[in-house]
Amino acid sequence: MDFGLSEDQLLLKDTIHRWLDAECPTTRVRAVMESDDGHDVGLWKGLAELGVTSLGVPAEHGGAGLDLLDVALAAEALGWNCTPGPFLGNQMAVTALVESGNDAQAKRWLPAVASGDAVLTFALGEGLGEHDVAKLATRADGGKLTGEKPLVPYAQIADAIVVAAHDGDGPGLWLVERGAPGATFTALSGIDMTRRLAMARFDGTPASKLCAGSQAIGRARDAGLTLLAFDCYGGAARCLDMTVQYAKTREQFGHVIGEFQGVKHQLADLATDLAPSQSLCWYTAHAFDHIRDKAERHAAIAKAHMTDIFDRVTRYAIELHGGIGFTWEYDLQLWWRRAVFDRAFLGEARYHRARAADLAGW
Amino acid sequence: MNLSYSVEYEKFREEVRQFLAENWTEADRAATPDADGVGAMTGSALRTDDRATDFRRKAIARGYMYRHIPKRYGGGEQPADPLKATILADEFRRARAPFEIMGQGPSMLAPTLVEHGTEAQKQQFIEGTLLGRIRWCQGYSEPNAGSDLASLRTRGVLEGDHWVVNGQKIWTSNAHEADWMFALIRTEPDAPKHDGITYMLIDMKTPGITVRPLRQLTGEADFNEVFLENVRVPKDSIVGERGRGWYVSRSTLKNERALIGNATFARRTFDGVQMMAQLTEVRGAPLLEDPVFRDKLVELEGHLLAAEYNGYRLLTAGGRGEDPGLPSIVTKLHTTTLGYHISKLAMDMMSDRGCLAPGEQNAPAAGMFGTAYMWYYGMALGGGAPNIQRNVISERGLGLPRDPRR
Ligand SMILES: Cc1cc2nc3c(=O)[nH]c(=O)nc-3n(C[C@H](O)[C@H](O)[C@H](O)COP(=O)(O)OP(=O)(O)OC[C@H]3O[C@@H](n4cnc5c(N)ncnc54)[C@H](O)[C@@H]3O)c2cc1C
Ligand SMILES: Cc1cc2nc3c(=O)[nH]c(=O)nc-3n(C[C@H](O)[C@H](O)[C@H](O)COP(=O)(O)OP(=O)(O)OC[C@H]3O[C@@H](n4cnc5c(N)ncnc54)[C@H](O)[C@@H]3O)c2cc1C
Repeated sequence: MDFGLSEDQLLLKDTIHRWLDAECPTTRVRAVMESDDGHDVGLWKGLAELGVTSLGVPAEHGGAGLDLLDVALAAEALGWNCTPGPFLGNQMAVTALVESGNDAQAKRWLPAVASGDAVLTFALGEGLGEHDVAKLATRADGGKLTGEKPLVPYAQIADAIVVAAHDGDGPGLWLVERGAPGATFTALSGIDMTRRLAMARFDGTPASKLCAGSQAIGRARDAGLTLLAFDCYGGAARCLDMTVQYAKTREQFGHVIGEFQGVKHQLADLATDLAPSQSLCWYTAHAFDHIRDKAERHAAIAKAHMTDIFDRVTRYAIELHGGIGFTWEYDLQLWWRRAVFDRAFLGEARYHRARAADLAGW
Repeated sequence: MNLSYSVEYEKFREEVRQFLAENWTEADRAATPDADGVGAMTGSALRTDDRATDFRRKAIARGYMYRHIPKRYGGGEQPADPLKATILADEFRRARAPFEIMGQGPSMLAPTLVEHGTEAQKQQFIEGTLLGRIRWCQGYSEPNAGSDLASLRTRGVLEGDHWVVNGQKIWTSNAHEADWMFALIRTEPDAPKHDGITYMLIDMKTPGITVRPLRQLTGEADFNEVFLENVRVPKDSIVGERGRGWYVSRSTLKNERALIGNATFARRTFDGVQMMAQLTEVRGAPLLEDPVFRDKLVELEGHLLAAEYNGYRLLTAGGRGEDPGLPSIVTKLHTTTLGYHISKLAMDMMSDRGCLAPGEQNAPAAGMFGTAYMWYYGMALGGGAPNIQRNVISERGLGLPRDPRR
């Protein structure tokens, strides 16, 4: 029994952190934010060379075959760094492909994902906030997909989209390749410009069925919720760190503001919520692979919990920076945007808490 | 990271069940109060009669209790293993069997003696303390030395073979039933305030000690004033060196934060509240169907799970010899705040009957959540008030500047 990261995991975290520190300063983050598609191919290739895109790909398909926890540690590093790109949707699609049990499609796509040559994404939610698999309206009929997915990460640059839909046999997963006829994508303007979203419409679009049933859909959702929770932890830890550093140097009334008890106590309260929450994240990712009966509920609780914390940390971080915290120039706003995305995407905290209550049989 | 219930753990659980079945009979169980009372210490943990002592000895020998204390001093001496610790707590609670005694002696004094005591002190005190045969109270706080503990003034003067102690302690939990007190006494009045304090073990039967109960907000009297008038304490009844008591007491305080910061109380309260919400109807519908209460419960459960897994992390870090820093420093503030919010939710769930007193049969769950609710006010203060915790978290945890006035 052991509840802590392994040497390998600490090394992985450290390697990604150091690489991002060097390669992806906020000047680069801002450049990607201002680009058309929000995707920096060079950055993605660099992450791939580092091994980030292969972490969650099974070994038989050319990946490292590691656990979701390892993937999630990468997500935490990306959150700490505010790294832009299609990481989240890509991993959800990888999980979906693996869980679908469709070996032919896995063989076709996953080696290219591992090497960074292909990017996948995942389409689940519909309407306004509908994530209940039973209620999805997108339909497949004779290998053709019709329906609307309003918030698909990086739909325009993805080489393939894994789509949750229904056919006569009930729910299942389909794969739509880039350039398939009848698929149109409308770029949406989001608050967080480091994770782009598009409205995807399918109108008789050719799609291959990956699997029937809702199990793989649920697993992909849970992987996504878990990665969002880790993104929140990384982002919140960074904002707290930036604010502590700022408080040690900014002077008012002839003292650094970090001497004032009001400032200290606000920061202490943030640390008191944040420090234990890291263990909730670890447990949730570990449960995903190894304690299956707890995985779904923990993913729901962790997403809600961590998005609350990230929200609160960014709020006080901005407040404690004074006027500078409210500027475009100062980097804090980048994480505040990220927190808004993490909180909303895949459904708000209240929705996941209601699911967690249902899942407990309450 | 490895938490899977492997075969090893299934086997361990079986072993523990077997041990309990053989050593704690149905009759023993029947004679022990229900262990699931909310907010209260468990009935089984409190039993210290001969039968319970006999049972504890056997359980300790098997390594089922006091796993962090060496065998030669009467502990179970086992490697830190959160999963085994959880299995043990679960199984002993289910069997209503005597488990580790919660209190300042076993949790705070015993580990301090292991670290700083003389061999003779270890032999004299540790085993009896773990078995609940020697009961302790903590004499730190004084009327004018609470948060600023190092300004304490109770004096000890060495006269021949004895310290002669004069002064007053306050808020001393359980002093009225304690056999011994571990206390901080000023012995070097001319030294800087942190360097003039000695850690003393005082027999409560020594002439010159007067204990006066103080009634708490809860209505009960668990803490006391302790007056010391020419109390003669043998010269060698000190732990660590003369004048070094402040530093010895730091390890006691560390253990106290772990005791109060343990998520067990919060978990018990939470499970009890959830059960009440299931069984109680308000305005014709079960409380648990109220979407706002469901949302609140899961929100609090998020904090609770974070606290529990953080506990696993601390145990693992301890086993690896690492100092986890913030995750350890924040536990007391985190779990006492959480416990307050859980019991407060219970008060709101009781609707208009939330104003009924604990024990009143017309209140849901006989008003037991009122007890928890009241106690969390005290738990927030004991071992260091919330704002003192925030000072420590920001200074030692986050590295912000120390307040120059302290
Ligand atoms: C949208 C906006 C519009 C504004 N418009 C105007 C304007 O029109 N004209 C104008 O003159 N100004 C304006 N301001 C400036 C505003 O008044 C200042 O930002 C504010 O007074 C804080 O000062 P500061 O930014 O220097 O932060 P600082 O003074 O550096 O404060 C940083 C942090 O330290 C905390 N702090 C500082 N001292 C203490 C203490 N002793 N105890 C506890 N905490 C402390 C503060 O609460 C804050 O959280 C504007 C600011 C904003 C954000
Ligand atoms: C239920 C209970 C059991 C207890 N059991 C024991 C026991 O067994 N043995 C024992 O020795 N003591 C015990 N205590 C005492 C406890 O440790 C003290 O009550 C606590 O340390 C606070 O001290 P005080 O009561 O003198 O409050 P004060 O020190 O007077 O504090 C009053 C308020 O001022 C705030 N404050 C003080 N200094 C600062 C500062 N520098 N910065 C910001 N805020 C500050 C505090 O946070 C607090 O909110 C117990 C207390 C309770 C409630």
